Amino acid sequence: MKNTINSPQLMSTRDAYGQVLVEIGKEQKNIVVLNADLSQSTRTSLFAETFPERFFNAGIAEQNMMGVAAGLATTGFIPVVSTLAIFAAGRAYDQVRNTIVHSGLNVKIVATHSGITMGKDGSSHQSIEDIALMRVIPDMTVIVPADALETKKALRATIEYKGPVYIRLGRPEIPVVTDEESPFVIGKADILRKGNDLSIIACGIMVFQALKAADVLVSQGIKARVINMHTIKPLDLEILFNAAKETGAILTAEDHSIIGGLGSAVLEALACKEPRPPVYRIGVRDVFGESGEPDDLIRKYGLSWKDIVKAAKEVLSLKEG
Amino acid sequence: MDMAKLIEFRVNLLKERSSLLKHSVELVRGLKEAAIAVGQEIVKMTSNANSGHLGGSLSCVDILVALYFHQLNHNPRNPSWPGRDRFVLSKGHAAPALYGTLALSGCFPREELKTFRDIDSRLQGHPDNKKTPGVEISTGSLGQGLAVAVGMALGFKLAGKNNQVYALVGDGELDEGEIWEAAMFASHHKIVNITVLVDRNHGQNDGRTEEVMSIEPLAAKWASFGWKVFEVDGHNIKNILNVLDRSMENRSKPTVIIAQTVKGKGISFVEGNDDYHAKPLPKELVAQAIAELGKR
Ligand SMILES: Cc1ncc(C[n+]2csc(CCOP(=O)(O)OP(=O)(O)O)c2C)c(N)n1
Repeated sequence: MKNTINSPQLMSTRDAYGQVLVEIGKEQKNIVVLNADLSQSTRTSLFAETFPERFFNAGIAEQNMMGVAAGLATTGFIPVVSTLAIFAAGRAYDQVRNTIVHSGLNVKIVATHSGITMGKDGSSHQSIEDIALMRVIPDMTVIVPADALETKKALRATIEYKGPVYIRLGRPEIPVVTDEESPFVIGKADILRKGNDLSIIACGIMVFQALKAADVLVSQGIKARVINMHTIKPLDLEILFNAAKETGAILTAEDHSIIGGLGSAVLEALACKEPRPPVYRIGVRDVFGESGEPDDLIRKYGLSWKDIVKAAKEVLSLKEG
Repeated sequence: MDMAKLIEFRVNLLKERSSLLKHSVELVRGLKEAAIAVGQEIVKMTSNANSGHLGGSLSCVDILVALYFHQLNHNPRNPSWPGRDRFVLSKGHAAPALYGTLALSGCFPREELKTFRDIDSRLQGHPDNKKTPGVEISTGSLGQGLAVAVGMALGFKLAGKNNQVYALVGDGELDEGEIWEAAMFASHHKIVNITVLVDRNHGQNDGRTEEVMSIEPLAAKWASFGWKVFEVDGHNIKNILNVLDRSMENRSKPTVIIAQTVKGKGISFVEGNDDYHAKPLPKELVAQAIAELGKR
C-alpha cells in the first residue's frame, strides 16, 4: 500500500524491461528475443549483447517477426517480441490476431514507446489505439505496467503465464510508484491509495499523475481511492465493482485514446451494474497527437494531474446522494 | 498397394518406413489412389457445405498426399508427437485438401469430413490448430504461414533437432509482402531445414496471376532471395517424390519447389476455370466430377 511517489528514482519502463529481460534470459534458456531494427530503442540490445545466439533481428519487417515468433513458440521456445507499440499492434495486427492469438501461442509481445508521451517523433509514432486493438482479440492478455519496478514483475509473471500477452511500455523516465513487496498478479489490480469519495482508476504512466492528483485532492478534503489497473484484460472486476459500490464515482486515466482503452473497458464492465456510478474518462480525446516533450503533451492533451483534479470534482458533482 | 494398406502403412510408419523408402511402382500407384480419394472427398466436402475453395484444393492434392503419405515423418495416431516433421498450409483456404489428406492418413475419422464448415465441427472453413488434430497452425489470412514455418525451422535449428519443416504457399499468395520478408529472414539467418512448395496453378481469386499481379520470373525471384530453387510437375507423384528427395541433398540454403499445377485438377469443367476458385460444384455435377476424378 505504501508508495513512494516522491522517490527521486526515475526510470523508464523500457529500461527496466531491457534489464529484466537479461536476468530472465540467464535463468531460462528457452527465452528467445526478436526485434525489428529497433534494438536500442526497445532496449533489447542488452539481451542481444548478452545472448547473441538467442537474439534475432527481423529487419524492418514486423509482420514476419510476429510469424517467426509464432513458429518458434510451436517448438517450445518462449519468444519475446519487441518493437514500438504503433508497429507491434498496428502494422502487425493481422499477424498477432490470426497467427499468434488464434493459434493460442505462447508469444510475449513487449511494445515500447506507447501513447502520446513517446514524444517528439510525433503522431505517426504515437500509439493511442494499441490497448483497444489488443484487448479486443479473444484470449489476449493486455498489461500496462505503472513503472519500472512493476515492469520487471510483470515480465516475470508474463513469462510464467502460458499464452499470448501484450505488454505496453513507455519511453519517458517516470517515478517509481509501486513497491518492492506487493506481488504482481495478472488480472489483480492494486489499490495504491485508500479513499471512499471517488475512485481514480489508472494504468501505465497515468498512475503517477493519478497519485499526484489524489494528494492534491486530499488537501482539499476529498479522499480518492487510486487503483492501479495494470491488467486491462482480464480486467479486475472485483476491485472495480467494489470501487463502484463503495465510492460511487469513477474516473479513469490512460495515455491512450478515450475510445477503446481502459476507460472503455471500465464502462463496458459497469454498463449493467445498478446503481451505476458516473464515469469520467481522462485520455486522448479522439485526436492525433503531435511532436513535443512528454510533459508538454501531457498538459496540452489534458492528461495532467491538474486535469484529473478538475475531472474528479466534476464527476463528484454527479455522484448521487 | 491398395488404400487400406497405404493407410496401415501410415499408421505403422515409424516401424515400417524404411521398407517403402524407395519409390517403387507400388508406392506411386498407392499414392495416386490416395490422391484420387482425397480429390473425391474435396468435391463431396465442398458440395456438402455448399461453400469452400474447390479449385485451389484440387491443385495441391498430389503434393499433400506425397507429403503426408510418404515424405513427412509423422504419426497420424499421435499427431502431436514432438519428433514429427511440420507442415504449414499457408494457403489456408485449401483446408478441404488438408482435411481429406489428414483423415485418410489416419489423423481423424474419414466420416468427420461430412461436417466440414458445419456448426460444432472440428473442421473449420480455414485450418484451426486448436480444433483439428494434425493442423499445426491456424491459417487463412494469406501470406502468414511461411513466416511461421520459418520460425518453426529456426526453433528446431536452435534446439539442435532434425525435424524438417514444409510449407505450401499459393502463387497468388506470393503477392503478400510478408512472404518475401520471411524469405529474406530465412536466408539471412541460414535456416536450411525448410522446404516451401509453391502451388503454381496460375490462378488466384480475381483471375490469372499474371493478369492480377505478375509474379514472374518466379524462380529467379526466389533465387535472388537466397533460396535453392527446384521445379516440378505438381501432378506427377513420382516426380514430386524425386524432387523432394533431391532437394534434401547437401542442404546449404532454404529450399523452394515450384510445382506447376492446374486449378481444379482432374475435373474437365473445373480445370483452369477461375469460376471455381471459391465455389463448390452445383449438386447435379458432383457425380460426374467424382467419376472423372476416379479415372485420373
Ligand atoms: C490476406 C488475405 N487477403 C485476401 C484473402 C481472400 N482470398 C482467399 S483465396 C484468395 C486467392 C488466393 O490465390 P492463391 O494463393 O493463388 O491460391 P489458389 O489460387 O491456389 O487457391 C484470396 C484473395 C485472404 N484469404 N487473405
